[in-house]
Amino acid sequence: MIDKRVTEADVVAELRDGMTIGVGGWGSRRKPMSIIREILRSDLKDLTVVSYGGPDVGMLCAAGKVRKAIYGFVSLDSIPLEPYFRAARQNKTIEAMELDEGMLQLGLRAAAWRVSFLPCRAGMGSAITEVNPEFATVTSPYDGQELLAMPAIALDVALLHSNRADARGNAQYLGIDWYFDDLFALAAEKTFVSCEQVVATEDLASTGPVESIRVSRLFTDGVVEAPFGAHFTHCVPDYYRDETIQREYVASAKADDGWATFRARYIDIPESDYQALARASLATT
Amino acid sequence: MSATRADVCVVACAEAFRGDGEILASPIGVVPTLGARLAALTFEPDLVYSDGDAAQLGAPISVNASPQEPRVIEAWLPFARMLDIVWSGRRHVMMGATQIDRFGNQNIACIGPWAQPKSQLLGVRGAPGNTVNHPTSYWIPKHDLRSFVEKVDCVSGVGYDRAAAAGPSASEFHEIRRVVTNLAVLDFETPDNSMRLRSVHPGVSVSEVVAATGFALVQPDVVPETRSPTGEELALLDSVLDPDKMRAAEVSS
Repeated sequence: MIDKRVTEADVVAELRDGMTIGVGGWGSRRKPMSIIREILRSDLKDLTVVSYGGPDVGMLCAAGKVRKAIYGFVSLDSIPLEPYFRAARQNKTIEAMELDEGMLQLGLRAAAWRVSFLPCRAGMGSAITEVNPEFATVTSPYDGQELLAMPAIALDVALLHSNRADARGNAQYLGIDWYFDDLFALAAEKTFVSCEQVVATEDLASTGPVESIRVSRLFTDGVVEAPFGAHFTHCVPDYYRDETIQREYVASAKADDGWATFRARYIDIPESDYQALARASLATT
Repeated sequence: MSATRADVCVVACAEAFRGDGEILASPIGVVPTLGARLAALTFEPDLVYSDGDAAQLGAPISVNASPQEPRVIEAWLPFARMLDIVWSGRRHVMMGATQIDRFGNQNIACIGPWAQPKSQLLGVRGAPGNTVNHPTSYWIPKHDLRSFVEKVDCVSGVGYDRAAAAGPSASEFHEIRRVVTNLAVLDFETPDNSMRLRSVHPGVSVSEVVAATGFALVQPDVVPETRSPTGEELALLDSVLDPDKMRAAEVSS
């Protein structure tokens, strides 16, 4: 029986410069931050990052890992604007593909279904068709209506964070929203899922309803046990967002050498130290 | 009890949902959220609303309720289902707008040229899809020349002129219902769907609104005053929906 347990470093060893990497979660919610931190520590570069974006996109931009961002938004939820993503856009250090939230879903869906596009109304009439001049429209063969042909967004790799998983790669989501994690997995060649806790397969169905086991091992290639692996984003019901450290992250963008200071304190440390720090911080809020 | 400007804005937002029946009200921001919940508690009892997260609520809660507080959940509303509802048309969203123009084109994406913005904002979020699929209203807490502009920098939400130009897939379900600001209520009920001054809030003059708007507004001969909240509405706001007066912080008067 396959045991898919790996470390963050093993996951990053599978990544290559120039890859298209999809990141699960939504805004500052249940992001696979321990794997993102490991990417930040690596010498990977020129990544295309596809995300309902939060600090994953921001930190990858801050560290100069991003060639292109594909997004419907990038936000920290309780703090609407992501400072490092803003800086990257305003200094034009990244390329961008800006999408309606629904179009991003359809792009992933098209890749998942191995078709080159899916039609939609979304985007018609908006700036989306102007800032993405490569997007075409398609005329329905049934009623003649012109619709936007959202191209497939195929991922080399998807990175997800779940509440529980087993060693075979079945991932369980105990929060109220799965976001689009399952779709990211379906759209990717390879999927790595970190989780708060690896449990025995027979314990998954007793931890939550069977429909919470949202991502099947059919679509996963590695499982990382990563306590506080989503921190400082939220990972309910295991923990809420750490607003204190999120505020510190945002403040760092305004300070001289702010990113260097933030990364020395929170990134360039062993993950075990990070976990202790996250546990202590969450205990005080 | 006398009504504040914020109270008037909440009621104006509530009025935007009048007649909607059993559809999902998706308000963004404190004042629109209070408006939708107030409408549901009074004149639109079948209106559907959420906790702002993934729960469709069966009973109203305070807009300041923490995620840990108990609530009556009547249905599951994750983002994937939210998008299904957008595409089904059974929704009326009230979004913010950093910029809006005379035909209701809205920008929340960036200021300056998209290729290299002077100020990157949220991105277009759901605005392109929302506006071509179901009714949309806007809440703009600071009505001024920076927000009411001749031309928006990045069309996120689609206005009437561009929906018409893009063809039936953009225009057949397109409707910009109402724009509520700290000064006035506006709509697009004109022959060419350009923005019209519908009412001014108590204490605001028509000339004040005109001076704060960067394009020519259509004005009726007599501009009515936005209605003030009833005693029942104020009591619901203070006792159930917003005992912490979160609404005051969002409205500049």
